[in-house]
Amino acid sequence: MIELYILLLFMILAAIIAVEIRDLLSSVIAVGAVGLGLSVAFLILKAPDLAITQLVVEILCLIILIRATIRRDIPMPNRKEEVIGLIMAVLFVGGFLFFAYFALKNLPPFGHPIMKVSQNYFSEGLRKTGATNLVASVILDFRAYDTLGEATVLFTAVIGVLTVVRRIGRKKPGEDIKED
Amino acid sequence: MSGKLSDSNKPGMTLIVKTITRLTVGLIFLYGIYIVMHGHLSPGGGFAGGVIIALSFIHFMLAFGKDLALKKLSSGAASLFENFGALMFLTIAFLGLTGGYFFFNFISKGRPFNLFSAGIIPLCNVAICLKVGAGLFAVFVALILTEITTKRSDR
Amino acid sequence: MIYLMCLFLFCIGVYCILVKRNIIKIIVGIGIVEYAINLFFILVGYRLRGRAPILAQDQVIQNMVDPLPQALVLTAIVIGLAVTALIVAIAIRLYERYGTFDVTKIRRLRG
Repeated sequence: MIELYILLLFMILAAIIAVEIRDLLSSVIAVGAVGLGLSVAFLILKAPDLAITQLVVEILCLIILIRATIRRDIPMPNRKEEVIGLIMAVLFVGGFLFFAYFALKNLPPFGHPIMKVSQNYFSEGLRKTGATNLVASVILDFRAYDTLGEATVLFTAVIGVLTVVRRIGRKKPGEDIKED
Repeated sequence: MSGKLSDSNKPGMTLIVKTITRLTVGLIFLYGIYIVMHGHLSPGGGFAGGVIIALSFIHFMLAFGKDLALKKLSSGAASLFENFGALMFLTIAFLGLTGGYFFFNFISKGRPFNLFSAGIIPLCNVAICLKVGAGLFAVFVALILTEITTKRSDR
Repeated sequence: MIYLMCLFLFCIGVYCILVKRNIIKIIVGIGIVEYAINLFFILVGYRLRGRAPILAQDQVIQNMVDPLPQALVLTAIVIGLAVTALIVAIAIRLYERYGTFDVTKIRRLRG
C-alpha cells in the first residue's frame, strides 16, 4: 500500500501549510488540496460512493469559504501568539498520541477487519432489498433512521443559515439596532 | 459585494465563461439526474446527486449574474422543492406502516439490475435529492448575495 | 503504521483550533479534524485486496470491503458540510458587527 502512504504524506504536508501560512486565501486553497487528497484516498480504499460525495462536497465547501475570505484580507498584527495556548496544545497532542499508540494495538491489524454484522449484509442484502449497491441498501433500508436524522440535521442547518443572515429590521448602518 | 461582477455594466462574467457555461450546465444537470436515478445500481445515491444539481444552478448563477439565475429558480421555488422533498421522504416512511413497521419496504422488489427494482430505494433517493439540492441552493443564495456593510460599531 | 499518520493529521487540526486567533483559521482546523476522522473510519473497515461493495452481473465476488463504515461516513460528510456552512454564516455576521476576525477582540456579550 505504498501509494496510500504517499497520499497521507501529501495530505499532512498540505495541512501543515494550511495551518501555518499567513494569507487567508492560500490557507483555504490548501484545505481544498487536503480534501482532494482525501477523495483519492477513498478511491484507493475501494469506496466509490464516498469518493464522489467527498469531491462535490469539497467543491461546495471551498466556494462558501472563499466567499468569506475574499476582499477581507486583514493584516493580522505581528504579535506573538499566546504561550499558554501553545503549551496546552503541545501537551494535548503529546498525551493523545501516547495513549493512541497503546489503544491502536488492540485494533485488528490493518486489512483484516472483523465483519460480524457485515456478513449478514452480504448474504441477505440482495435477497431482502433487491438493490445491488450494498451501501445504498444499508443507508436506505437497513439503517433508514440514520438517513432521516441526517435529513433533519441538514434542514436545521439550512434554517439556521437563513436566520443568521436575515436582513429584516436593519436600518441605516452605524445606528444601534435592537435585534431579536 | 461586487466581488463576483465584472467591472463593466453588464452583470456576470466575460463572454468566454458565458459561452462555455451555456454548453455545460445542461450536461451537469443531466449527470446529476443520472447519479440519482441509478443510486441503487452503481455508486452515487441521493446526496451526491443532490449536491451536483445544486452545483449546476450555482454555476449558472456565477456566470450570468444574480437576476437571470433567479428567474430560472426563485427563492420561493427552492423553498417549495425542499419542503416537498422532506415531506415525500416522511410520507414514504409512514406508508411503510401499512406493511408492518416504520420504513418497511413495501413496494415489490423486481429483478435485480433493473432500473425499477429495489422497492422504495429509488423513491427515497429522489426525495433526498430534491431536499439536499434545493436546501444547498437556498444556502448559497443567502450567503453569497447579501450586501455587506461593515459597521465600525462599539469597540 | 498508517493509523498513526491519520491521527497525526487529527492532531494538526486540533493544534490549529487551539492556537490560532483568526476565525477563518479555526474553521480550517475544524475541516481538517473532520477529514481525519472520516479517513480513520474507512481505514478500519478496509480489507486487503478487497473489492468495492457493489455486486456485478456475471461475477460472484468473494471478498468485499466492509460496507457499514462507508454508510456512516457518507452521513458524516454531508453533516460536515452543513456545519461548515453554518459557522461561516456566523463568522460573516461577526465580521459585520465587529469589523475584525480576531477572536480576542470579540468578547462582548450584547444582551
